[in-house]
Amino acid sequence: MNIVKRSVDFLVVGGGTAGCMAAIKAKHKNPDAHVLVLEKANIRRSGAIAMGMDGVNTAVIPGNSTPEQYVKEITIANDGILDQKCVLKTGELGFSVIQELEEWGVKFQKDNEGEYDLKQVHRVGKYVLPMPEGKDLKKILSRQVKRNKVEVINRVMATRVIVQDGRAVGVTGLDVRSGDFHVIQAKAILLCTGACGRLGLPASGYLYGTYENPTNAGDGYSMAYHAGAKLSNIECFQINPLIKDYNGPACAYVASPFGAYTANAEGNRFINCDYWSGQMMLEMWKELNSGSGPVHLKMYHLDEATISEIETILFANERPSRERFHAGRSENYRTHGVEMSISEIGLCSGHSASGVQVDENMETSIQGLYAAGDMANVPHNYMIGAFVSGRVAAEHAMNAIKEFDHLEPDQAFLDAEMKRIEAPLSNPDGIPHTQVEYKLRRYVNDYMQPPKSPSNMEIGLEKFVAYDSVLSQMGARDPHELMRCMEIHFIRDCAEMAARASLFRRESRWGLYHYRLDYPNRNDEEWLCNTIIEKSENSTMEVSKQPLQPYIIDVNLAEEKYDVAVVA
Amino acid sequence: MSLASNRVDVPVIVDESKCLEKCTACIEVCPLDVLAKNPETGKAYMKYDECWFCLPCEKECPTGAVTVQIPFLLR
Repeated sequence: MNIVKRSVDFLVVGGGTAGCMAAIKAKHKNPDAHVLVLEKANIRRSGAIAMGMDGVNTAVIPGNSTPEQYVKEITIANDGILDQKCVLKTGELGFSVIQELEEWGVKFQKDNEGEYDLKQVHRVGKYVLPMPEGKDLKKILSRQVKRNKVEVINRVMATRVIVQDGRAVGVTGLDVRSGDFHVIQAKAILLCTGACGRLGLPASGYLYGTYENPTNAGDGYSMAYHAGAKLSNIECFQINPLIKDYNGPACAYVASPFGAYTANAEGNRFINCDYWSGQMMLEMWKELNSGSGPVHLKMYHLDEATISEIETILFANERPSRERFHAGRSENYRTHGVEMSISEIGLCSGHSASGVQVDENMETSIQGLYAAGDMANVPHNYMIGAFVSGRVAAEHAMNAIKEFDHLEPDQAFLDAEMKRIEAPLSNPDGIPHTQVEYKLRRYVNDYMQPPKSPSNMEIGLEKFVAYDSVLSQMGARDPHELMRCMEIHFIRDCAEMAARASLFRRESRWGLYHYRLDYPNRNDEEWLCNTIIEKSENSTMEVSKQPLQPYIIDVNLAEEKYDVAVVA
Repeated sequence: MSLASNRVDVPVIVDESKCLEKCTACIEVCPLDVLAKNPETGKAYMKYDECWFCLPCEKECPTGAVTVQIPFLLR
């Protein structure tokens, strides 16, 4: 392995939504600083918005809603568990992000008066802002990255954060084409590597047929854990209502403001709120298990002009291959409901609330280590939250690093990491990564898919812990296969965290996301708190309770339940 | 350990008559880095069956040589 060493001021790991914004904002703050984006794909088309986005889910636009109302909505939607100060940032700064994106050429939908054309999908307020022309979002962002003279290294995957004297001082990485070993020193590091989208196995059995971009294998969750950072509420899984088999969004956020709705086999509504909460997923699970399924997104009652308009949006943005999926089955929104199913599990704070714990500056519990986007635990943060968190992290980090110099990484740590990465290459006839990953993720489905049963999860946990010995039998024949092998290490770590956190929280919360069969009720008295996972001094995975940060906006949790079911 | 090689129906199809030997547009934009050049022909092909059917390879191909199918298991 060739060794490539470099040092920068601010290192952004992951060039997706949060990472591109963070890099741009760091340069706005200090144009002379050396800012580097490390990306395992190519920032032009990487991350969750590789093919753009059809709308914004958390737009707090003055005159329509206030940051305080938004915080209240998310507090209730996430069953009271959050750090309101972090969510407030999304509410306060989201509008300026939207305005800045517009200056860069991103288009948001406006009505005939030129006002933002907001739609209601949440239970109370209007926060959904369509972007029918959102397909080039990532190209626009990468252009801004270049314009601001941010350095970008594509096709290098970070593998570990280097921590010295309690502070994050760099990362190690693998060039997924050349196989070079990278050591990058930095004064501050932002992890924004997206969700753990390859945790459960899609029902199709295709490893990469996931909702999330499958490059996002929980890299940041695992790296933060090994760095010693705290992760919170990992038991609050991401589970989505998706097009069956295609495993992508249908998407009700786009279609329901036009009059589409989620219906059962008889064509009747069974939920009154299409916003993706755990409660909504629980209603869907109940319907599918009640004999009233299958469940579908119903559009065929709408007129031709409306259906055409929905198609124009859905077939151009986010997951444009929806069009050929439907066509391949000779199905059509005019004649068929879109059959929906419940996805496999993942970890993603952008949609639910499991991630690396951050404070209102997006700093983790390790000094100099920040997290943003889908992997940072700011509940229901979505795309605007990713932009905001990237920006907040960058601005704070650029101030903080003024006091820091580079610290030389410990050579023994680097040697050990190089040895860990190289192992599969020295065993080219070892078990292929595809089989190793398939089996691991099938175990995740078998033992972790809610509703959760403790005895099942105990078996799962045992298997995930023992899987370390399987990982050591993996073989790789080139740097590409090696990348996949190292990703499976990330996935295994996330599976163990998911099992331990789910066993620890002895109540049910967040609807289907953490529905425990042995503790079917929510218990605020004992569990209105965070579940923290961190690495102990003797390298074991520890789980503990942590009190919530005090609310800054009053919410009466006893009175305001997030009930989405249609009352019979 | 003994290994077998299985036949797989891959999602990304490249029309070799249209693929330009000096162009790497599809290879560069693929998030999963699954496309490569055949060293003998200089044409792009799907080297690894790890596809998100996300379409940048098809959209960014200057000659329309790339077609993405929904992977067979999902189709």
